[in-house]
Amino acid sequence: MASITVEHLSKRYPSGTLALSDINLEVGEGEFVSVVGPSGCGKSTLLRIMAELDTPTEGRVRTAGSAADGLPSAVVFQEQSLFPWMRVAENVAFAFDSLGLPKSEVDRRVAKELALVGLSNFANAYPHELSGGMKQRAAVARAFAVDPPVLYMDEPFGALDEQTRVGLAGELMALWERTRKTVVFITHGIEEAVTLADRVVVLSAHPGTVKAVIPIEFPRPRDAVALRGEPKFGEYVVRIWELLR
Amino acid sequence: MTRAERAVAIAAPISIVLLWQLAVSTRFLNPGLFPPPSEIAANFVAYASSGELATNTAWTLGRLIIGCLIGGIPGTLIGLAMGMNRWVRAYFQPVIALLYPIPKIAILPLLYFIFGTGEAAKWAAIAVGVFFLMAINTEAGVRQIEPIYLDVARAYRIRPASFYFRVLLPGALPNIYAGIKLSIGIAIVLAVASEFQLTRVGLGFAIFNAQQLLDVDRLYAALVAVSLLGCILAYGLDLTERWAIPWRRERK
Repeated sequence: MASITVEHLSKRYPSGTLALSDINLEVGEGEFVSVVGPSGCGKSTLLRIMAELDTPTEGRVRTAGSAADGLPSAVVFQEQSLFPWMRVAENVAFAFDSLGLPKSEVDRRVAKELALVGLSNFANAYPHELSGGMKQRAAVARAFAVDPPVLYMDEPFGALDEQTRVGLAGELMALWERTRKTVVFITHGIEEAVTLADRVVVLSAHPGTVKAVIPIEFPRPRDAVALRGEPKFGEYVVRIWELLR
Repeated sequence: MTRAERAVAIAAPISIVLLWQLAVSTRFLNPGLFPPPSEIAANFVAYASSGELATNTAWTLGRLIIGCLIGGIPGTLIGLAMGMNRWVRAYFQPVIALLYPIPKIAILPLLYFIFGTGEAAKWAAIAVGVFFLMAINTEAGVRQIEPIYLDVARAYRIRPASFYFRVLLPGALPNIYAGIKLSIGIAIVLAVASEFQLTRVGLGFAIFNAQQLLDVDRLYAALVAVSLLGCILAYGLDLTERWAIPWRRERK
């Protein structure tokens, strides 16, 4: 398990635009944090910097307590992040590339993870044979399979229809509640953020700064559908909407 | 291809052959220079059954394969490196831009000086032509790989060797195939041209020799053999492409 500290992080694009300005953020061990914000607020950039796919102009990201062996983190991207030339099981197994585990161990963990997301029967399918929701399930399985202490998710369900989205959010929550990884989840879906997160970070745009951090005090385990009937759910959603206005 | 398209594709060469036959029989074409297709076919069969055709085709094909491998493998690898690394690209791009336009046939005499009068010069001629096409096409293939796949590779700390051979290579494969198809075309030209000199076997030699002996019949037989060889290689390549890029099958 690991905790993440973002300190005075700023990002200026080569074009001169200030995308993120003095972001300070703490993500506790085993905490699920969602980041919402208007489009163009730099939330994806923030995630890319945290996942070491991009570098900050100023400030830094510290991760404490990650395991010595294994990957420090895994990323689930927006869409189409499965390699089209690999079958589903190969895509998941490829995440183990740098870990040097015996093949039998990798195969076992791939099969286990695919079973958890209900894709056992599609292990030998190519990504183009899957629906959008199934592709994202496979991408989630890839991230969980390597069992990293930290999971970065960049609008993973953003391109899916509402029904599939809510279904996948529920599945993700079940997976997370079993493993309690530290998760940073970028989304433009406010209801999705409230459903999933322990805390919701609200960013404002131009430049991106932290406007508010809202703790979501629903007990776990949560039910993605039943939660929507709770009066508090609507209150949280409205409060975040107000902040984004 | 639909059935109608296939019918047109089969009818096309037949209609041209029939027109040719008609043009010769009405003396519109000089049969001394343009023998009727029926005669060419008969000659081709005779040429084939003499065993000469098989020997010459085997030699040309052998040179073609060796030259393509010698030029194609380093061309592909340098193309991968150029597509991935801006310093490698900065170094090789101007060199390729300068050397690529030189007609490869024009450097044949130089290759005979460098590699002597044996097979090596012929392989080198084919290799040079194929090298550039593979480097240029592979580089373009790598650069059009979706950036998301490079992000995934970085996020999961994919090792360099796996990155090259399981991400870049398959990602660039559609363009690499385009390069191989172009390469086969240029390789046949260069193989035949290189056989005009310093050899007694190969389809190029057969053409050159037939010209010197004013043997129009054998000239046509050899030309038909070159045409069929190129055609078979191109169709064979299409078949292996379907096998090598299975994830593309559905897109067509």
